[in-house]
Parts: sequence; structure tokens; C-alpha cells
Amino acid sequence: MSEAPQLHWLPELPDFRVRLRALRDSKSWDEAVALAGARLDFVRTNGLDEIVRQAFDRPPESLATKPIRLALLGSSTLAHLHAALRVAALRRGMWLTIYENDYGQYLQELHDPGSALYRFEPTAVLFAFDAHHLTAGLHAGMDAGEAEAALDETLSRIALCWRLAREAFRCPIVQQTVLDVLPGLMGSNEHRLPGSRRRMVARLNEALREKAEEAGVDLLALDDRAVQDGLRAWHDAGLWHHAKQEVAPPAAPMYGELVGRLLAARQGRSSKCLVLDLDNTIWGGVIGDDGLDGIVLGQGSALGEGFVAVQEYARDLSRRGVILAVSSKNDEANALEPFDKHPEMVLRRQDIATFRADWNDKAANIRAIAADLNIGLDSLVFLDDNPFERALVRQELPGVAVPEVPDDPALVPQALADAGYFEAVAVTDDDRVRTSQYQSNKARESLKASATDLDGYLRGLDMRLVWRRFDRPGLQRTVQLINKTNQFNLTTRRYTEDEVLAVMEDRNAFGLQLRLIDRFGDNGVIAIVIGRKNGTDVLIDTWLMSCRVLGRQVEATTLNLVAAAARRLGGKRLLGEYLPTRKNAMVRDHYAKLGFEVIEARQDGGSMAALDLDDFAPARSFIEVAEGSEGLEPAGSMAMAEG
Amino acid sequence: MTDREIYQGLGEIFADVFLRDDLVLTPELSAKDVKGWDSFKQIEIVMATEQRFGIKLRTREIDALQNVGDLAQVIAKKTGNQAP
Repeated sequence: MSEAPQLHWLPELPDFRVRLRALRDSKSWDEAVALAGARLDFVRTNGLDEIVRQAFDRPPESLATKPIRLALLGSSTLAHLHAALRVAALRRGMWLTIYENDYGQYLQELHDPGSALYRFEPTAVLFAFDAHHLTAGLHAGMDAGEAEAALDETLSRIALCWRLAREAFRCPIVQQTVLDVLPGLMGSNEHRLPGSRRRMVARLNEALREKAEEAGVDLLALDDRAVQDGLRAWHDAGLWHHAKQEVAPPAAPMYGELVGRLLAARQGRSSKCLVLDLDNTIWGGVIGDDGLDGIVLGQGSALGEGFVAVQEYARDLSRRGVILAVSSKNDEANALEPFDKHPEMVLRRQDIATFRADWNDKAANIRAIAADLNIGLDSLVFLDDNPFERALVRQELPGVAVPEVPDDPALVPQALADAGYFEAVAVTDDDRVRTSQYQSNKARESLKASATDLDGYLRGLDMRLVWRRFDRPGLQRTVQLINKTNQFNLTTRRYTEDEVLAVMEDRNAFGLQLRLIDRFGDNGVIAIVIGRKNGTDVLIDTWLMSCRVLGRQVEATTLNLVAAAARRLGGKRLLGEYLPTRKNAMVRDHYAKLGFEVIEARQDGGSMAALDLDDFAPARSFIEVAEGSEGLEPAGSMAMAEG
Repeated sequence: MTDREIYQGLGEIFADVFLRDDLVLTPELSAKDVKGWDSFKQIEIVMATEQRFGIKLRTREIDALQNVGDLAQVIAKKTGNQAP
């Protein structure tokens, strides 16, 4: 057995065994819910379920949720999943009872109003068909027509089940997708064998997504989950033959959890708000100590990029309707500074619905957030790297979901996704317009379709070139680009941090960092230019660009900026130098293309070119230019035409 | 892995599976001695053993298990320890 899928976001309870034994006597529902919130393997899940069932023969009076009667209808052994289903419901404060059909009899029972299934009066139905059952009858000798007919037949049988259940019970219906447990016969090109059972599973999973949508049925995407955990973690071929358990018992807690989320979502009980800590959660370091240029965020280090990924994930959640809040132990001015001024911040102030940065304890803080937003504490998920704060909030506010957080920010987005707190069964228009930044894929596609010529495409990109002088927040990225860029680099001069700082101090030089933003997002800092004045000449000491933005008029627009900066230094003439290397041939004619006159051609292929600034007229382009003290915001934009 | 470690690990598995802290594991202990040790519990014990000791039991090995001693022996073999 491969390692079982872990409920890794739930905290380990070191005294679980003792507390479980004590539950026998205390019969405390709250304690049972608390134990269900621990990281349980399948044995402990079964143990907790057994004791809870002994302690409670009916829902507690205090139960705030509607009890659920789940009909689990399937084609193989499912009894080993019951405990995990009940415990996953318990974790959410829900009471679940389960009916399972007699082995293999799901269709008969659905057809028979006198059956035990009907007497059970389910309030939710879960169809859990195994791959062997759904592909029975298919064989490798079939031609395409026969295979097609088999697929249609299976799909209509499933649709019939949905219809019968819907008409009889008028309740939410969930269809489990099919686990990819059958061995292929061809290999990578399995799809060329019409009668392949493995291929049939893939086609069923595809078709189920469409059919379920039409029928208003929710899916339980076991196939997706098995991709995350690995199929071996979910299925054990030996065990299938042994007990007809398609889902191996060690995967039961994850199975129950996935179902529990759906049931909770259907009751409107999914979490609604992600509360973010700041220091070492959405950026590296402590803003109060390390300052704006000391925190780790953004391009330039793997860690900094990891924190960007955390922010991007949070922003994407907010774009599909999850509210974001901040709870930080900080002076508010310090905590806000990166949101306003750090160029690599993905999250901006307007993404945060309520911002609590103070020195109160986090439990008080989070209570205030719930009050600000007028939502229940049980709608909140609290993300904090600090185990102390997590433990405090878990203890003070048991309703708040507090996931364990991986040490490495790179792992945080998937950990949050695994935790499934924000399970949703539909995306409403409301969700999407909750933030104004939302841009749909449709818009992107229609743009590509409508852009029949390059100009039209470039115009439609809504490009904005945001430029800043070199500064400390951008220092890391500047140094990184200077030392890493090989191709679009006119001189390939490498500078240390101190040398870049020297440019910042030098009154006879300028350093520009340029960021390109378009309607599809922020490309980050994509160009660096350093100019040095010598008499009335301004020498372009360094000009480098990211190759990602070639062919988008960025070069000409950058020249407008360089010319303006050179004029401000009092320059009359701009000198552009090309120093050939093995990698930068692509920019050999860079200055000539921009209208410079070559005044010196060197033997090694290098050159010096000049541009008279008095005669220079800025090129027109589709790029809007703005000076930005921040990255993403449309700061007071200005045309560069006047120079 | 020593016998002692194997029996200690198995002891915790049995305590969690049967919710009892008074079971004393001996090589002779078998399903007939423990209330509730049915075929489902048998699978649970095998799966928990695989997870805990990081091993995989073959169908033949599972079918041949008669008592705790058999299970301990399989674990010893697969974790690179001489059987007692």
C-alpha cells in the first residue's frame, strides 16, 4: 500500500487516544466534534465513529445543522466508508445517517417504492459505481460502433438512476467519478483501442462532467483526487479481489472528507472568508523589523516567488467569491506599507475586505473581523505560519478553521486547496463581480479571435509600461536581471548590489526599471536601463530586456523614456553602445532600428551609435506609459510625448 | 526492526482497532480470542500494518495469516529482520 492520502491540514492531537477513551463517559458532542477535527487515519476514524455511535443514538439537541440522511448507492463494497463519511460530517458539526443498498441492487431498489431505500427517505444520494461495474461487457475485440453503444448504454443507465432518485427524493444528488483502476492494453495511445476498458473510464469521466451539468448533479471528483494522491494511495488491486473494496480503507478518511465538503456546501456551510496573517505568511520576514526593502517577496529568489504564489492563490480565491481579510500583529502603518508601496505585492488594499493590524491577540482580532463582515466565526479560515497563534485561535475559537501551514510557501497553495474549506458547487455571477479585477477567459479568447492584425492585437492588449527609478524595493530584481540577462543585453555589464546602489546616488546617472502590465496580468519588471552623463552626451551604459516582451513595441517606448531621462540630465546626444557576446547577436542592430546613427563600427562587431536629442521625436505606440511608485495601480499616468 | 519494536507497533494498532488498552499481544493471539475481530477488522489490521511499517503484504501472505505471530513474522521479513 502506498502512503494513504493524509488530512495533512488538520492538526495532530498527541493525546487523541486518551481523549477518545474519555469520550465514552463524557458523551460530549463538542468534544466529539473536536476529535473529528484532528488528523485521523482510517483506524482512528473508525474508532471515533464507533464511540460516537455508542454515545449518541440520536442527534444532540444543540445540533445547529439539519441532520442528513445519505443514501449510498453503489455496485461494490462500501461499508468500510460509512465511518469516514459520518466522521467527516461530525467534523462539520453535522449529523449523518447512511443507507447502503443491498449488494448490487441499486437499480432494483430505485425502481421499487416499497424498498428499504424509499423507507429511508434520503435527503442526499451518492452514486458510487466502480470501474469494473461500469465497463463490464466491454472487451478489446469491439469495434468503434460497439464501444460507442456501450458508452451510451452506461451513460443512460446512470442518467436513469439520477432521474429516478430525483423524482423519488427531490434531494441533492452526487455522482462519484470513476477511478482509473483498470490496466491499459495499448499504452500511451490507449485511445486508439475502441474496446479498451481503461479508455472507457476516461470517456465516462469526461461525459459525466457534461451530463451532470445538464442534470444538476454534483460530482465527487475521485479521479482528480487520485491524481493528487496517486492511484496506489486510493486503490489496492489485491484488496479489490479480496473484498471488492475499490476505495482502499486507508483512503476512507479522504473519501469521507470529500463527501462531507459537498454536503456542507449544499447546506451553505462552506467557509466564506480567508483571514491572512502577514509576516512570514504572505511575505518572508517581518515588515516591522526588516522594512519594505528587507521583506522577501517576488522575483529574485525562490522563496520570494513562493510568497507571490501564496498571494496569487489568495487573489484567485477572492476572484471566485472568497472574502479576504488580514489579521496581523503589527503597527497598522507598517502592515499597510507593502500593500501600497511594494512593487511585487499581488494583493492590494482593495482586495482585503477588512484589515486588522494591531497588538491585540489574534482571537480578539478574528472576532472583530467576523463582526466587521457580519459573518459567523465558522465561516472563517485562518492562515498563519506561527504555530503559537494557530493553537491559540483553535483553543479560543473552535469554530474557526485553522489549517496547518507548510514551512515552505511553495506548498501553501496546494495545502489550502487540499483542505477544501471553500468547497463550492457553483460559481454565481455575484462571486465573480466581487472583485472588479476579474477578467474572464472568454474575454481573452475573444480578443485573440478578434485580433486579425498585429496592430489590433497590440491595441487590445491595453499595455501599460510603468517605470520607476532604481529603488530599494526593486533592488533584488534589478541586480538579478543585470546578472542573468544574456540575450537582449546590449553591453552585458554585470553589477553588484553596491554598484546599483551607486547608480541610485549618482546625480549624473539614471537607472530605470520598467514593468509591463497588460490586460492578462503583470509581466513584472522586464527591462533595465542605466544612463551616464559625460559632458553633453548621455551614454546608455546598460539596456537589457526580458525576451518575453519582444515584438510588442516595448523597445521604442522605452527609448522615449530614456530620451526623456537623458534630457532631464541636460544631455544633448544619446550614445548607444553594443558589445557583442556569444549570446546577444539579436540586439546587434538594436540602435540602428531605433533611428540611431552608427558612428563607430568596431572590428569585433561592436558599435557605437548616436541619437540627437534635439531632433528626437518620441515614437508613437500602443503602450501607455506611467510613472509608478507602485506596480499594479494605474498611478497618475502621463504621456511621454513632451519628454 | 526488533521483535520488541514490531510488537510495540502492533500493540498500538490493536489498541486503536479494538479500542482496548488491555490486549496483550502474544504470537498465539488470533481472531477467536478477541471480540469483534471479523474479516473487516482483519483487513483494517493488515492495512494499518502496511501503513505503519511501510510494507506491502501479498495476497498469499494475507491469506496465510493465522495469528499475531504470523503477522509479526511477515513484518520482520519485510523490514529486513531475521524471524525469531
